[in-house]
Amino acid sequence: MDIGAQENVASRGTIGILGAGRVGTAIARLAVAAGYRVKVATSKPAADNALIIEIVTPGAVAVDAAEAAASDLVVVAIPLHKYKSLNAEALGGRIVIDAMNYWAATDGDIADFENTHLSSSEVVSAYLAGSRVVKTFNHIGYHEMEPDAAAPGTQNRRALVVAGDDESAKALVSTFIDTLGFDSLDAGELAAGRSFEPGTEIFNGRFNAAELAQELQRSLAAA
Amino acid sequence: MEIGAYSFGDTQRNIDGSLRSTGESIQNLFAAIKHADEAGLDYFGVGEHHTTSMPASSPGTLIAAAAATTDRIKLGSAASIISTDDPVRVFQQFATADAISGGGRIEITAGRGSSVETFPLFGYDLGEYDELYAEKLDLLMAINNADTQNVTWSGTKRPAIADLAVVPRPLGGKLPVWVATGGNASSSARAGQMGLPVSYGIIGGEPHRFAPLAELYRRAGAQAGHSEDSLKVSVAALGLVAPTKKEALERFYPGWYNLNVEMGELRGWPAPDKRAYDAQAEAPGAYYVGSPDEVAERIVHLHGYMGHMRHFLQMDIGGLPQEHLLESITLLATEVKPRVQRLLAQK
Repeated sequence: MDIGAQENVASRGTIGILGAGRVGTAIARLAVAAGYRVKVATSKPAADNALIIEIVTPGAVAVDAAEAAASDLVVVAIPLHKYKSLNAEALGGRIVIDAMNYWAATDGDIADFENTHLSSSEVVSAYLAGSRVVKTFNHIGYHEMEPDAAAPGTQNRRALVVAGDDESAKALVSTFIDTLGFDSLDAGELAAGRSFEPGTEIFNGRFNAAELAQELQRSLAAA
Repeated sequence: MEIGAYSFGDTQRNIDGSLRSTGESIQNLFAAIKHADEAGLDYFGVGEHHTTSMPASSPGTLIAAAAATTDRIKLGSAASIISTDDPVRVFQQFATADAISGGGRIEITAGRGSSVETFPLFGYDLGEYDELYAEKLDLLMAINNADTQNVTWSGTKRPAIADLAVVPRPLGGKLPVWVATGGNASSSARAGQMGLPVSYGIIGGEPHRFAPLAELYRRAGAQAGHSEDSLKVSVAALGLVAPTKKEALERFYPGWYNLNVEMGELRGWPAPDKRAYDAQAEAPGAYYVGSPDEVAERIVHLHGYMGHMRHFLQMDIGGLPQEHLLESITLLATEVKPRVQRLLAQK
């Protein structure tokens, strides 16, 4: 997808992105290109991120976390071990996209995720009790997002899985994914997020919608 | 443009795939550094790593030894995992190597480490990853920037130092200290604000996508009042040079395969895919695998985006035969480097 090619700048809704790391900034660039108003925040004051946002995600604005949290959709892309630094109250009632992963091999063991039968997004969702959490964007590499994004209907377009307990939230997130450049596939409830966590075929691969449906079926049947 | 190499140490393999001794790996690495100096390579970095297949766990030791037996080449860590080491010790080891080298050839690159082995090994908490890195780097810079040999510093992750000597002092007063990053934007901004040279580790994706980060680094540095010549960029990448592209691809692949199998077992990656290898080994992919002509052209192409002053390659992965490493070093120094200089001069 040609970044910045769209003329309908900020004609869509507002996307808040928490985290200015590699995943957060890649999603921010795609969202700007797709015509969303994009607000990026970190744990630092907005002014500290202004230069980063100007250069790395041109078209997005650096804001404080509370302002980003007040967006139509909020993407959380921070290191998972910091999930409790999220302001659950500010995110209450919001649709929150969880793009994080629990990956002990690279991040070390985190007790909250080790000592439970819940999938990682369910742990996050339990903390963000007032939010409607949708898991997606966790199983695509940050460096693949822009090269793999493609217009709707493109042959062999890459597909991403969504999982969540709230149907309307999932529908909105699926539309967002589509406008960013990917097909989407509904895996069901948030608990199904386990089927595309690190170590799974889906996490490790790159699939179009048909392939992904097959993989998902296999993964859910095995669970 | 400086052309160089880096290594985490690479343990050779038997025909059945089993690993040979880690001691042999270190001997090979030492021999490779001596060879690089003789061939005329500009830089050699030893990356702190703590696995059986990559056992260069003690860069300071190896660099001190190499300092004694080389004449021209710059030597550094690539990187020292500063989060889980003691900055006083790191500085002392590298300042010692500086004295042995005759001064001016020894550098430190401070990184956080993309692997996490050092946290349990040295008893640190991964949850404090960011804080440890920031504080230890601050201490390292306090020692390096001290006007006298006596240092005063206090923090929360390590006992304070009250006006104590940290010696030896580098012959040139200070050691170059680089900041290593894998491409996080805030790391670039912070390196710029600190006015420290920055080293990008680019091991996947398309290297030219790092261009905005280099720009961010330079803008942040300029805003903080640092001079242009203090704001240097280097690039560390995977690659191998052979007389022909075909040979380079064939020589590098088995090691790439082995490394990916090993990482896959550790991190749950899928089996290595030859197509992914081929894609990464072609422009604009991340692997600088090819003939001297091709590698030189690709370094110069990236220079157009990054304006970097040093490009250095990790070549010995997954049991690369030592003779192929040595030949690649020779080709880098004698064939790639002059081509890069010539192409840059034409720009």
